[in-house]
Amino acid sequence: MSTAAVTQGTKWWSGGRSPFNASYGKVMMWYFLMSDAFTFGAFLISYGTIRFSQNHWVDPNHVFNSFPFAGHANLPLAFVSLMTFILIASSVTMVLAVHEGHKMNKAGVEKYMLWTILGGLCFLSCQAWEWTHLLTGHHEVLVNGQIELWNTTVSHNPFGPEVMFNGKEVATPGPIAFGSYFFEITGFHGFHVFSGVIINVIMYIKTKMNHFEQRGHYEMIEKAGLYWHFVDLVWVFVFLCFYLI
Amino acid sequence: MSASSSSNEITYHFEHTDSTKFIWRTFWILSALTVAELGIGLLIYTIHKGAHPNPTYVLAFKGMVCILTLAKAYYIVSVFMHLGDEIRNMIMTIVVPLCLFIWFIAAFLWDGTSWKNLRNEYNGNAPIERVEKAATEKGAKD
Repeated sequence: MSTAAVTQGTKWWSGGRSPFNASYGKVMMWYFLMSDAFTFGAFLISYGTIRFSQNHWVDPNHVFNSFPFAGHANLPLAFVSLMTFILIASSVTMVLAVHEGHKMNKAGVEKYMLWTILGGLCFLSCQAWEWTHLLTGHHEVLVNGQIELWNTTVSHNPFGPEVMFNGKEVATPGPIAFGSYFFEITGFHGFHVFSGVIINVIMYIKTKMNHFEQRGHYEMIEKAGLYWHFVDLVWVFVFLCFYLI
Repeated sequence: MSASSSSNEITYHFEHTDSTKFIWRTFWILSALTVAELGIGLLIYTIHKGAHPNPTYVLAFKGMVCILTLAKAYYIVSVFMHLGDEIRNMIMTIVVPLCLFIWFIAAFLWDGTSWKNLRNEYNGNAPIERVEKAATEKGAKD
């Protein structure tokens, strides 16, 4: 391989060139993403710590079992798998845009950037539906000997352990940390998706205005792509921690 | 590919193939891993619905899902983010700091478990022998 041959005799640390063979912007994007990984990691680990400290936690298959326009059908994991596939698909179109950028194919970059933006918007819409569903869906909860109707918020969790009341099983209030962590972490992730969509729109406009064509390279698409893939990467872990286990 | 240089800091360019085969291969790998995760997720759901869920099986399946997730993360970072194409020094400055997560996860989940055990021991809603133990300790103090 020619790359290995170049690496062998190159003095990487003697100045005049990037010791990582990458531009400043790209290296800094990587370090930003690494620090962002620690932010998300800290959130998820804090969630795990609180969850491990409780005797009872909510059953995700019970909380996330609905699908738009499916009424009260019990469909565990269905909607969140749709969201996951939307994000994977938009990651693929992003990497295809980067690929077209390497080939200096402006039309290809534009086409795939549009698909990526569309995927991001679909994901955000799904998340908006899910939040609305949790915030507006009321569930019967036994509070101080009375049945109350509770929605899921940062201060209310209607999915606690079930007890027998007047001959039927009724849920009691669950740990409020569930709602707080769910809305905090999916909200922070959703905000990343949102800013990713904004960045992608800017990249699309800049491509359209021939900025990268004049510059002679499409490296900005690569950097936006790094951010977009990171958003997908975080979702892989959010999906694991909130929906699967 | 055009030999355009993006910056004079860069010594050599990676050889980009015109083929998108590697992208689609990774897409299918990621999809297959996700489908496997969903399958295990539904399996856990069925175990939970049963009369006597076996906690060992549940834990084992959850562990399997975690391993599949790490595999997905590897493919996203290595292929989609092209970290696998960077030179070794660059890869190491990203990957080595992330090793902090090993301690981070272990220590904090351990802490959470300990918190639960302590609370159960002193809260009164724990198994009876523990409540008695807590009561005698209290009695001894009085």
